Amino acid sequence: MSSIAALRPALRLVDLTVSYDRHPAVHHVSAEIPAGEMTAIVGPNGAGKSTLLKAMLGLAPRVEGRIDCAARRIAYLPQQAEIDRSFPIPVLDTVLLGRWSRFGGFKAATPADIHDARHAIEAVGLRGFERRPIDTLSVGQFQRVLFARLLLQDADLVLLDEPFAAIDAKTVADLMAVIRRWQSEQRTVVAVLHDLDQVRRDFPNSLLLARELVDCGPTGRVLSAENLLRARAMAEAWDEQADACEMPVRRSA
Amino acid sequence: MLHDIIIGPFADFGFMRRALVASLALSLSGASIGVFLILRRMTLMGDALAHSLLPGAALGFLLGGLSLPAMSLGGFVAGMATALVSGAIARFTSMREDASFAAAYLTSLALGVLIVSLRGSSIDLMNILFGAILGVDDTALYLVVGTTTLTLVGLAAIYRPLVVECFNPGFLAAMGVRGSLYHYLFLGLAVLNMVAAFQALGTLMALGLMLLPAVAASFWAREVWSMTVIAAPIAFASAALGLLLSFHAGLPSGPVIVLMASLFFLASLLLGSRASVRARLSQPVHLRG
Repeated sequence: MSSIAALRPALRLVDLTVSYDRHPAVHHVSAEIPAGEMTAIVGPNGAGKSTLLKAMLGLAPRVEGRIDCAARRIAYLPQQAEIDRSFPIPVLDTVLLGRWSRFGGFKAATPADIHDARHAIEAVGLRGFERRPIDTLSVGQFQRVLFARLLLQDADLVLLDEPFAAIDAKTVADLMAVIRRWQSEQRTVVAVLHDLDQVRRDFPNSLLLARELVDCGPTGRVLSAENLLRARAMAEAWDEQADACEMPVRRSA
Repeated sequence: MLHDIIIGPFADFGFMRRALVASLALSLSGASIGVFLILRRMTLMGDALAHSLLPGAALGFLLGGLSLPAMSLGGFVAGMATALVSGAIARFTSMREDASFAAAYLTSLALGVLIVSLRGSSIDLMNILFGAILGVDDTALYLVVGTTTLTLVGLAAIYRPLVVECFNPGFLAAMGVRGSLYHYLFLGLAVLNMVAAFQALGTLMALGLMLLPAVAASFWAREVWSMTVIAAPIAFASAALGLLLSFHAGLPSGPVIVLMASLFFLASLLLGSRASVRARLSQPVHLRG
């Protein structure tokens, strides 16, 4: 474990608080995400996991504290509910958007981009689906499309928000293979996950969140029964009449 | 005989020719705006926006009389103000954007009718509310054709960001693009089209020639470009048929044109190739895989 600690972290959160309507969704969190590793963000519903990812992307509404990010390029997999899946756009066009940083809103995609997009579609097991509109796809197939788009983004930090919600075992296995390949290419992967068995099996690092940080580090230590119980108790204590937070609660990561 | 019915009115009367050219221009740009309004689930908001032109147009009428440039400028300013203020209200409060649009629309309608009645007769009010496509003069024609040109060029320019903003706004944000910029550019084009349509169809029905053909097209096509390609001819056919019918039967042209578009909508709803009544009732043999 000391070798991980010696590496420069991909992300360092310093006393981070993110709030909606003054209620903190993420409260005084300090933690480090190791570079080139797979880290799971775990916690009960409403614990601020998605908000934390949004903050890492720079999309959270009101952020106090600091996020140091060493990554040049960040790719982000949103929850499917954030996408209008009835929109009439074909698979190939959706995947090509992964090259946005190359052609932006106005330049044309090159034949090389299109070749890479076809390759990515094949890599996620959707060969032959290029011209299909996305509204004809199942949830699992559409998740494969989004993974193909991530492949094209060629990012050194990949943020995944519940990548396996409502997805069958075969698709999970295929997509996990993609994630492992990212890790072998020294990319940092951060995923919000609910399946603790899967986290223990596949993710060496974890960050347990219940608005405040419960623990962060090697998964075996973080996901102890005691920590999980504490996380649940903390998540249930939402105080509608909360006073202003005067004293920053500092916790060591 | 057929020549007299179909070609005659346009050959003999300049106002019919101008009306036809104006409808062609309105159809080309309005249909593409309509397709995006549907895909952005903004049809009712678009309707509210069209009504909100009224107080601006009325104010232009109060200051400049029945002058098209004054009323158009007023309408455009009022429409943009409504779009920006409703968007801002939705952003800074917890009120949903559709609710704030509805509030803005009711306020505008009342204000507009009040302003017109301060000076005009009820005929002026009818003209503003329901339009007079047969009264399209050269100035109006330039305005309409200019709007069409600007709309088609503008939509082509912002097409990709706008499409992504429609179906996955979070992705644009993650790419560091301000999606709201394209949202408001699109709303600007939409308001411009409503202003252009307003002399022809009036503020109450300006959206008719934009939305009805686009909705009809959604029963035939399932990509943005193909929906537009189908919607524009439907719009133009509705306008041409509506003009002829209103000419021969002596009916007001605006409502007849919109009703023609409604007929196309109904026919598509019944007969369209996808998600239509026909597609629902006929149960074709399922495919092998």
